[in-house]
Amino acid sequence: MSTDTFLPTDVPPTRPSHKVEQLKPDLLLHTNHHLCPGCGEPLVLRELLEVVTELGAAERTIGVAGIGCYTAFSSAIDLDLIQALHGRAPSVATGAKRMLPDRLVFTLQGDGDMVNEGLQEVIHTAARGESITCVLLNNGVFGETGGHMTSTTVIGQRTKNTLEGRDGSYHGYPILIGDLLAQLEGTVYAARGSVHNAAAVASTKRMLRKAFESQLRGQGFSLVEVLTMCPTGWFIPTADGPGYLDDVLGTVHITGELKADGKLVTTAELRARSQERARRQSAPGQEAERV
Amino acid sequence: MADITSRGTVTIATESCKGCDLCIPACPPKVLSMSEDVNAMGFRYPKLRPGCTGCGACALVCPDFCFEVFQYEAPVTHGAETR
Amino acid sequence: MQRLIEGSEAIADAAVAAGCRFFAGYPMTPFTELLEHLARKLPEVGGTCINAESELEAVGMAWGAAATGARSATGSTGQGLALMQESFSEMTLAGLPLVIFNMSRGQADYFQSTRGGGHGDYRHIVLAPMDVPEATELTQLAFHLADRWRNPVLVYGDYLLAHTYESVEIEPIDYGTLPAKDWAVDGSAGGSGKSRLVSSLGMSKDPKRSVDPESLWKDVAKRHREIEATEVRVECGFTEDAELVVVAFGTAAKFVRYVVRQMREQGVPVGYVRPISLWPFPYSALAEAAERATRVAVFEINAGQMIDDVRLSVLGRAPVVAIGGISTDASGFGVGRLLDTEIIRERIESALKGQEVPV
Repeated sequence: MSTDTFLPTDVPPTRPSHKVEQLKPDLLLHTNHHLCPGCGEPLVLRELLEVVTELGAAERTIGVAGIGCYTAFSSAIDLDLIQALHGRAPSVATGAKRMLPDRLVFTLQGDGDMVNEGLQEVIHTAARGESITCVLLNNGVFGETGGHMTSTTVIGQRTKNTLEGRDGSYHGYPILIGDLLAQLEGTVYAARGSVHNAAAVASTKRMLRKAFESQLRGQGFSLVEVLTMCPTGWFIPTADGPGYLDDVLGTVHITGELKADGKLVTTAELRARSQERARRQSAPGQEAERV
Repeated sequence: MADITSRGTVTIATESCKGCDLCIPACPPKVLSMSEDVNAMGFRYPKLRPGCTGCGACALVCPDFCFEVFQYEAPVTHGAETR
Repeated sequence: MQRLIEGSEAIADAAVAAGCRFFAGYPMTPFTELLEHLARKLPEVGGTCINAESELEAVGMAWGAAATGARSATGSTGQGLALMQESFSEMTLAGLPLVIFNMSRGQADYFQSTRGGGHGDYRHIVLAPMDVPEATELTQLAFHLADRWRNPVLVYGDYLLAHTYESVEIEPIDYGTLPAKDWAVDGSAGGSGKSRLVSSLGMSKDPKRSVDPESLWKDVAKRHREIEATEVRVECGFTEDAELVVVAFGTAAKFVRYVVRQMREQGVPVGYVRPISLWPFPYSALAEAAERATRVAVFEINAGQMIDDVRLSVLGRAPVVAIGGISTDASGFGVGRLLDTEIIRERIESALKGQEVPV
């Protein structure tokens, strides 16, 4: 067969088939958005909205949006929404949840919003054990202003105000927000996902579901941090986004569950596990001998 | 072409595509490739060759909500142009 | 039932009577007792009071509660309110009702209250009670006006108001019916295609509007012009034949009114104007009083703030002089030696004679 043979993709198939992925989640009013090519944030939004639908919670959900590129979706998400100021979403969500305790309340925030401007708010919200879910879209830069250093920017990462790469001795060190929040007693679930490939997206969706389920059980605070691509803010081609995420952010903000079922796992432990996995894969013979 | 089987297929909203290329490496059977021509916004967009498994990976990694993914009830062996 | 209670408790009771069900604040003298009383009283009626970790968080929480349609309030002193200004202006743009209590240190927050330290074109209704009974009424009115106009309303009190015990009877006051809060976010509209968005950014789920800050800002400005035309509150005494009109607000006005009444009994041609709403300011009432006066004197416990609005009202009809000034105790809480009827009388007499008063 010729590799140039392309199939028509403008209309659904006429042969017997079933849909496995929709064009857009039911809770997205339209797909028009002005986020950059290769942005990871819409991927999280898709999974988040699908989980709300799957939980049958659309008619009892309140979202609180922070300020960042994702704010553009405030006009497209078909859920009751409150727009918060930069950094203030966890407090706003607290007020809403306290008045309507049986609602599913979540925040949508970036790393600039949550870990820079609003660090105190999210920590205290977790410490109070507010039954809300904070969703962090972590790309290590202020994407909306054009790619500046945030508190999660990793050492060596180039941003518009760390042109030679973040230097710990001069710019300070990144905050592992997931670890910070997971250790608090009020936090019942904390996980760090990613959207750099389809498997990671699917895993992130499971994390969102677990977080929302824990909230619906009234157990306490939950955090789902998701590493997202920002090729514009990283100054790289869009196609390089997933690899850059994995190699740069992903080696510091290691993905995995940080707190679930009462068990705390640190990022350092997740890193050790992932290094162990890598060792086994590179030297399967040795692994077999040891076993 | 008779050797190639598709277990699924996709629709592609090419006019929404911003040409980011993320779907190309994300596709496990490697049946997506970028077009030579561009859409109204000036972006290249993905095109589908036979061999789709209907796994949905393209939809999961597409930031612009361009893909709808289907699995056939019975695999389609190509040669016929029908979908 | 009449009860002898502290101003802070009376205000807390009035807030509860008005239907306030959410309060968040951060302790700070002389606001602290209001927080204490609400922490005790709100849970008794199924409400929530959160001792927030900062003023920024307090106002954020009050924002979220207000967005659900609950009657919601926060407060502090002027210092704490300074931290909240960004949220106040943004909540105004978002069309959210909120009641703000400033139990201020002295009277130096007039500019903050009426001009604000926030960004953009925004205004708050500011109500300045002179004593505890009036504070209980204005507190209830504040919740009504906040809902009516979908705009923050600030109740401007001080150390004396918060800590003075007075006899009050607090019953819910009916200020009339209000439109249903169909804009409020209760989570029920998801998936209907008609879900709601409470936003200060001019964003809309109507794809035809989508992002339109200009229309939003014009709507807010229109709302504020309507408030200016509707919500002026002022008390005038003896202004129809006063040679000297003394202007004062809040606690200071109570002292000024006492002195002016006393002087009137002795035949001295003085009168007073007490703005109850500091915004909208009673420009017309003051202009009218100044028409017949030879002099207007302003008694405020600060370096001269409200005097700007008095001059804008009088517009050259009569000379406007300051007879108040900075005066505080060692704590800085604002109970200084100027708040004394003898001193106020001396200063009014000086102003009557056209003598300069050192401020």
